[in-house]
Amino acid sequence: MTLIFTFIQQAIGQGIAILFGATGEIMTEKSGNLNLGIPGIMYMGGIAGLMGAFFYENHAKEPVAAIGFVVALLSTLIVSMFGGLIYSFLTISLRSNQNVVGLALTTFGVGFGNFFGGSISKMAGGVGQISVKTTAGAFRASIPGLSQIPVIGPLLFSYGILTYVALILALATTFILFRTRRGLHLRAVGESPATADAAGIDVTKYKYAATVGGAAIAGLGGLYFVMEYLGGTWSNNGFGDRGWLAVALVILALWNPAHAIWGSLVFGALYILYIYLPGLTRATQELVKMLPYVVTIIVLIITSKRNKPENQPPASLGTVYFREER
Amino acid sequence: MSTPAIELKNVTKRFGSVIANDNVNLTLEQGEILSILGENGSGKTTLMNMLSGIYYPDEGQIFVGGREVSIQSPKDSFELGIGMIHQHFKLIDVLSAAENIILGLQGEEILKMQEVYAKINELTAKYGFDLDPKEKIYNMSVSQKQTVEIVKVLYRGADMLILDEPTAVLTPQEIQKLFTVLRNMRQAGKSIIIITHKLNEVMELSDRVAVLRKGRYIGCVETAKTSISELTEMMVGEKISLDIHRSQPQDAHKRIEMRGITVRNKEGVRMLNKASFVANSGEILGIAGVAGSGQKELLEAIAGLQETETGGEILYYAPTGETLKLTEMTAENIRNLGIHLSFVPEDRLGMGLVGSMDLTDNMMIRSYRETGHFFAHRKAPRELAEQIVEKLDVVTPGVDTPISHLSGGNVQKMLVGREIAAQPIVLMVAYPVRGLDINSSYTIYNLLNEQKEKGVAVICVGEDIDVLLALCDRIMVMSGGNITGVVDAKSTTKEEIGLMMTGATKEKADHES
Amino acid sequence: MNHNTVTNKEPLIRMVKRGHIGKKRAWTIRGIAMLISLMVCALVIVGITGQNPLQVYAGIIDGAVGSNRRIWVTIRETFALLIVAVGLVPAFQMHFWNIGAEGQILMGGVASAAMMIYLGDALPNWLLIVLILVVSSLAGLLWGLLPALFKAHMNTNETLFTLMLNYVAMQITTFAIVFWENPAGSNTVGIINSATQKGWFPRVLGSNYGLNVLLVLAITAAVSIYMKYSKQGYEIKVVGESQNTARYAAINVKWVIVRTMMISGAICGLAGAIIVSGASHTISTSTAGGRGFTAIIVAWMSKFNPIAMLAISGFLVFMQQGSIQIASQFGLNENASDIITGILLFFMIGSEFFLKYRLEFKHRKENAK
Repeated sequence: MTLIFTFIQQAIGQGIAILFGATGEIMTEKSGNLNLGIPGIMYMGGIAGLMGAFFYENHAKEPVAAIGFVVALLSTLIVSMFGGLIYSFLTISLRSNQNVVGLALTTFGVGFGNFFGGSISKMAGGVGQISVKTTAGAFRASIPGLSQIPVIGPLLFSYGILTYVALILALATTFILFRTRRGLHLRAVGESPATADAAGIDVTKYKYAATVGGAAIAGLGGLYFVMEYLGGTWSNNGFGDRGWLAVALVILALWNPAHAIWGSLVFGALYILYIYLPGLTRATQELVKMLPYVVTIIVLIITSKRNKPENQPPASLGTVYFREER
Repeated sequence: MSTPAIELKNVTKRFGSVIANDNVNLTLEQGEILSILGENGSGKTTLMNMLSGIYYPDEGQIFVGGREVSIQSPKDSFELGIGMIHQHFKLIDVLSAAENIILGLQGEEILKMQEVYAKINELTAKYGFDLDPKEKIYNMSVSQKQTVEIVKVLYRGADMLILDEPTAVLTPQEIQKLFTVLRNMRQAGKSIIIITHKLNEVMELSDRVAVLRKGRYIGCVETAKTSISELTEMMVGEKISLDIHRSQPQDAHKRIEMRGITVRNKEGVRMLNKASFVANSGEILGIAGVAGSGQKELLEAIAGLQETETGGEILYYAPTGETLKLTEMTAENIRNLGIHLSFVPEDRLGMGLVGSMDLTDNMMIRSYRETGHFFAHRKAPRELAEQIVEKLDVVTPGVDTPISHLSGGNVQKMLVGREIAAQPIVLMVAYPVRGLDINSSYTIYNLLNEQKEKGVAVICVGEDIDVLLALCDRIMVMSGGNITGVVDAKSTTKEEIGLMMTGATKEKADHES
Repeated sequence: MNHNTVTNKEPLIRMVKRGHIGKKRAWTIRGIAMLISLMVCALVIVGITGQNPLQVYAGIIDGAVGSNRRIWVTIRETFALLIVAVGLVPAFQMHFWNIGAEGQILMGGVASAAMMIYLGDALPNWLLIVLILVVSSLAGLLWGLLPALFKAHMNTNETLFTLMLNYVAMQITTFAIVFWENPAGSNTVGIINSATQKGWFPRVLGSNYGLNVLLVLAITAAVSIYMKYSKQGYEIKVVGESQNTARYAAINVKWVIVRTMMISGAICGLAGAIIVSGASHTISTSTAGGRGFTAIIVAWMSKFNPIAMLAISGFLVFMQQGSIQIASQFGLNENASDIITGILLFFMIGSEFFLKYRLEFKHRKENAK
């Protein structure tokens, strides 16, 4: 029983970063932009938050957790939005191919994360393994009181604040997309930019906003990973391929962030399943680690059988739009 | 006289080196219906797109309500009270009618759909539309979608409406309903522009007619003081009598026979319903009907490009006397059997040709396998391209130019030229003269006649009934996926065909006309 | 309704599509973009290291071509990137987004390593190398075939399918490493056959990497000829442009998709052999090293022109090798090269816009009233 609870707790811990990425990617894709740079942006967001906190803690005589928290959060948002801006400028304003720009951005972003992650201590004067305990503590603090309740407490209330932010953002994004005017306009842009344009919607503005906003949300996934999951440190390539899993989760969730919540739990569970399955050798463990990708491929195949039009990807996904094209 | 609703002065629009609108002047008075008349490619749509904010003029001025304006986006256009209903509906399939109608409007951030539904219902009741605001667009018919478009414009309180070829996809009954609505709107003081190339509609509906020809403004006349022949002259430049040479079919044999063929589209809608007919060698069989009546599916079924439902069959009677079953064969199987079936599809650059390839490569699309082993030979296709360019006066910098750089008419000539050069036994052409000028059209008619005289079975889908009457030997009429009858082109009347296009069978049409 | 907001307003900058652009002009624009990107890179490097930019670029040149060995490493890496880009060309011409080259390379690499380890003592070296080339191609072919089959028959999105297969391939690699690790417990394979050099490419043209260059050149030439002159190459282009047209032309679209991806996958698999047997003589999850992704950009930007592919590969590798040198010189880590590559790519991708469009600055016209 305890084992199952630990498993669920761990699965949630794995899933949250992916959920942030998927929510951001859904918002982006709803505008018609397939941003394959999301994995890179998550790296950028993660390292930016860590560096922000690190410089703050190194320079402040007595670091205050709350300030570290704000500094890390702002650093993440600014840098990941910058990543989204690069993508937007190239694909929206300069009309470059989305796949090509996305992959270049991921190359850049992963390099950016690993470079600064690897060099930060050296640049700060060689303090060895960097760690921002004070700030990470703020991210890891669980809800007092509630988390003490037996069973329910550890299962539901033992996480840091970003876990709840991820859930709220996913639900809020769903609400915005399907219940508000801006959401309607955004969906229209992703389905048919020409139609949206003819209806007087500023396609460029919506695409920029959704892509940069989506990048900010995805970047929080990186911040979650370095602060809550790793506890305020960096390991090169430690974030691994979670960014790609976020892109995959978009499909599993049928472009609805609310669905991505349980989807992220499934992915999280598959990600750590090898630890909990008894009788695995080192070799077979590696095979079990394949599961998230194999499951995604299976889902991809199943959804490729056309069903309801509402469950299909946004119709203009991956294409650039130019009004005077003839 | 009050100030005009809209006034265009010396408006010019270019696309690269092509001049789409050359120094056009136009006035729309308040509370009138103005027709803009012109052949395909005369620049009507481009001109109106500058009012709706899709394009921005290179030169000239636009006045709305007497004030000079600069319309840079559809939003600017809405704000001036202009609403355009495009020929290709600008609706989003996965959204509901109501969501499409409020698209782009400002208002409270949280959507209150009940209020929207109520307001739409009020409007539809007022003008007598039939529309469920909750229905998704992908479940709607063409006419329903058009209703959504019109309600959309009314919902945002437009008092100037532009309709681009609104009748092209409607049945005559639907057209009458539309006209009633438009007259109601004029009554309510709205100013309306309708773009069309159908003269009878112009005469029936509009107060004044403005004519464009090859991007230039020719003139504007009052409908009451003009005639069809005057308008035709303005539109085409010179008076044209359709004088197509037609020889008597010689030695006709059954060539293609279709028996009870049904085709459904991806959504499961029946596009062709138990169609049966015969096409003979040495004759031209015309197919008449409103666009989307199943003509495309019919031709593609014969060419092996459509899956047909079981139960029907398509037979090919070879000149050698053999009978082959084409049903359930793919285009590949048909080719492998050596059946010379030429096909000019409706969608030229989407099916018949590859836009980014040059003329030479486009000539070998259907024949590249026939020579050589591993490598493709380009000498013969190159010569063929050069021949067609010369014979049909194709305007192109050379045969190495990507075919998408050519104008629509020249693209069409290359395609028809290629298909005829394949020495067909059966030749199927869809809208062979669409986008062509009068002289080129006659060249094509002569080519088709030549083929007929050689004993080819020609099947020709057309949109202009006059042309079909003068060109074909027999005319088959289609309506909503059904074949409503086959008539003799020499003895039938335009009215009879028109009635059959609305779904009346030949017997009923005979009775009524 | 506020009419004033739309009165007499003209867009300041308008984008106009170019009809045609000359080769010279096109390369001038690309050249300018490269220069700007080099300046931005310099600024970034200077920002991080605080060094004189000229010194930094001297360091980069030194790192890329500063010694005979470095020149050969730069050549080796250039051709390793080139062959992957060449492998992607058939797929891209068909508008099939094969972003799974990374996995196809790895599968080829694993196959080569397996041959070297298990057959190293059993076969004469020339036969072993031929076998390595064949088997690694087959492994890549299989990895290209899978998504192609589903694309052809069920229209399954190939971008995401091939992407996911990269990670399946990565897990297969770590799975194999468990069995091959040397020394035990290191979780790495080490140099395979380091004593016997079995399965290693022999010295050709006086270099360890001569065979790599020859193989890649041969395949580049073959693919160029295949795409330009063969019937199959013609079919690929028709299918890529419009499947409707392809069906109309009686082309078996499904078979063309499958066949083309087998070719594409096989070449990427072969690239794995060239990297493992011809260069690193080991296998790890970073054997593909992002080449599968970078090659996509190389192939796309060069518009599939082989000379342009060689030039762009060379430029990128030059900068990568140079920045690895810079990084070690200033005690930074080698991921600096990814940042540099990223910046270069952004500018090169962005420059394509100015080949297709020109900006028109509109001056306010005088009102002639």
